[in-house]
Amino acid sequence: MMRHTISVLVENKFGVLARIAGLFSGRGYNIESLSVNKTTDENISIMTIVTIGDDRIVEQIIKQLRKLVNVLRVRNVSEMDHIEREMILVKVHATQRTRPDVFNIVNTFRGKTVDITNESVVIELTGANDKILAFLNVMEPYGVIEVVRTGAIAVSRGAKTTSEAK
Amino acid sequence: MMTGAQILVESLMKEGVDIIFGYPGGVLLGVYDTLFDSQEVKHILPRHEQGGIHAADGYARATGKVGVCFGTSGPGATNLVTGIANAQMDSIPLVVFTGQVATNLIGGDAFQEADIIGITRPIVKHSYMLTDVEDTARVIKEAFHIARTGRPGPVVIDLPKDVMSAKTKFEWPDKVNLPGYNPTVKGHLGQIKKMLRMLESAKKPLIYMGGGVVSSEANEELVKFSEITGVPVISSFLGLGGFPGTHENFVGWLGMHGNYASNMAMAEPDFILAIGTRFSDRSTGRISGFAPDAKIAHIDVDPASISKNVAIEVPIVGDCKAVLKQALGEIDKYNWDKMAQPRKDWFAKIKAWDKEHPFDYDRKADVIKPQYVVESIYKVTKGDAIICTEVGQNQMWAGQFYKFKSPRQFISSGGLGTMGFGFPAAVGAKLGMPDKEVFDIAGDGSFMMNLQEICTAMQYNIAVKVAILNNKYLGMIRQWQNMFFNNRYSHCCLDCQPDFVKLAESFGAVGMRIDKKADVENAIRESLKIKDRPVIMDFSVDRDENVFPMIPAGAAVNEMLLK
Repeated sequence: MMRHTISVLVENKFGVLARIAGLFSGRGYNIESLSVNKTTDENISIMTIVTIGDDRIVEQIIKQLRKLVNVLRVRNVSEMDHIEREMILVKVHATQRTRPDVFNIVNTFRGKTVDITNESVVIELTGANDKILAFLNVMEPYGVIEVVRTGAIAVSRGAKTTSEAK
Repeated sequence: MMTGAQILVESLMKEGVDIIFGYPGGVLLGVYDTLFDSQEVKHILPRHEQGGIHAADGYARATGKVGVCFGTSGPGATNLVTGIANAQMDSIPLVVFTGQVATNLIGGDAFQEADIIGITRPIVKHSYMLTDVEDTARVIKEAFHIARTGRPGPVVIDLPKDVMSAKTKFEWPDKVNLPGYNPTVKGHLGQIKKMLRMLESAKKPLIYMGGGVVSSEANEELVKFSEITGVPVISSFLGLGGFPGTHENFVGWLGMHGNYASNMAMAEPDFILAIGTRFSDRSTGRISGFAPDAKIAHIDVDPASISKNVAIEVPIVGDCKAVLKQALGEIDKYNWDKMAQPRKDWFAKIKAWDKEHPFDYDRKADVIKPQYVVESIYKVTKGDAIICTEVGQNQMWAGQFYKFKSPRQFISSGGLGTMGFGFPAAVGAKLGMPDKEVFDIAGDGSFMMNLQEICTAMQYNIAVKVAILNNKYLGMIRQWQNMFFNNRYSHCCLDCQPDFVKLAESFGAVGMRIDKKADVENAIRESLKIKDRPVIMDFSVDRDENVFPMIPAGAAVNEMLLK
């Protein structure tokens, strides 16, 4: 079972998100995260879907996605040299005593502190999945109150675009 | 300027639609008012929307054209749901129009409002909610294109009332522009050559064909291919008719109630050429026992069907007919006598299995055996009839004892297994193929599910024949309870049932009851003389007959029960 990041270029039409989400739930595939937004062409949106499955399942997912009429391109970016990022907002318990330690860690991870109260701080952090997980792991002893994540977005390295994929 | 409804009817004519199955309703009144003036499109009024969509499905399967049906918003649309799922599972091209409340009311729980696009999303090939009258012609053209090309399937178009009454100029687009939809027709030549090379040196090869051969009408190419290469052909249930049932290379059909030889053979090939089939669980039995030593090449128009259930060595994406034509173009470059001796032995082994255990039943019995009824229909119609079936034992016996000559002759709900499908499908098939005799081989359980369509058949003089194999049971349920649930016949007994003769007569149709074996053939002959109305034949058959052979659920193809 591997983590796969799939880029899906879709027509920006009524019900497309429901078709894709429905495909995953109807066939029992899981979605770890899904992010969607318009591209430079406002008629076309790009989705980044992170899913977990063995090779056979991921191959089926990609084939089933390609069958949808509103889906223009699908590619498994995990199979190519790519950049993946996610942003998180983390609310951590931090008092006057623990705050310097927390700030230190935030700096090490190149995060930003965006809110401070007497008991808590809110940290903004971007990075690839492993960095995010490592950060959350280190923060845990201080008391993580809430985590909100955008889900991953990804792009391949080099000049080639998703729309040039098969 | 034309209204959306006028554009709709005009577009149907542009698509060459000659018949639609529809049931009017509140939000469709505008569309129906327009249809009232149309001379070109014949409208058939079923007596239930489900009957209408199954009839459209039967029409599509019998003719190869796109079936068209209408239902109103809310309950009209939800009554179509089973028919849509049925068509999707068996890859049948349908365009399904549903009424919808006016756009300004959508989402407000208006009278007869249902989110039919949402409800049907997992069971359609594609769907459209028409929100602008300007899109009407384009959407209809796209819908027909999507329904009939690639792996065919149902397309739903939801028609809000106000969009149908809005006006615009009618412009029929020259072509469709669907950047995300481009099914592959021709196969990759390198892959085809690879398949031929593997087939050339196989000692125990098989062709395993399915419904894709029927829908692409690749039968002639397949016969030629099988004859030149000398490879035996095994069909899936829905592939029946795609290869002539009487051909010497035809082994039979595979799966739970398929013949012994096909299933035994499937346990030991060294190479399989699969064509237009999706390796359904009912065909393969337990996957680990399915052709464990075989390399498999798979021709299919749907890439997602390849390596879905069974790992495939040589995928060939393309239309079955087109790919077989390409293969035939290359076929002379190979030596088909290379493995002559081992193949002769292989074929002899298969024939011996068939001789050992052909489809059989007690022919000496005094009671009417259901298989005897099917055999008699085969004999009387000389194998030329279109045979529709319901679901259950009747369906299996129809597949076992009628030999099909050509595609589109066998019409059965394979994937979804929809009881109540056969009779309305027969009505649709007969409308599409009026010169053919059309039979529905039915069970007393299934027939009850859509018998209101006798009325439709009366109204339009549709001379279909229904052969009820009446055992006063939900027979397949009883069989499983008999075999696997210790004879505990939980709610499968249909002792309470109508007098089917009187029932038929109450509609004005012809009813016959046959309880003597000696009368079976004669009744079928008599039914063929009736040309203007349906005939309902109620055959009192042996109540306790089971369908054999059988692969129990979870068993492998070569673990068949013979009795």
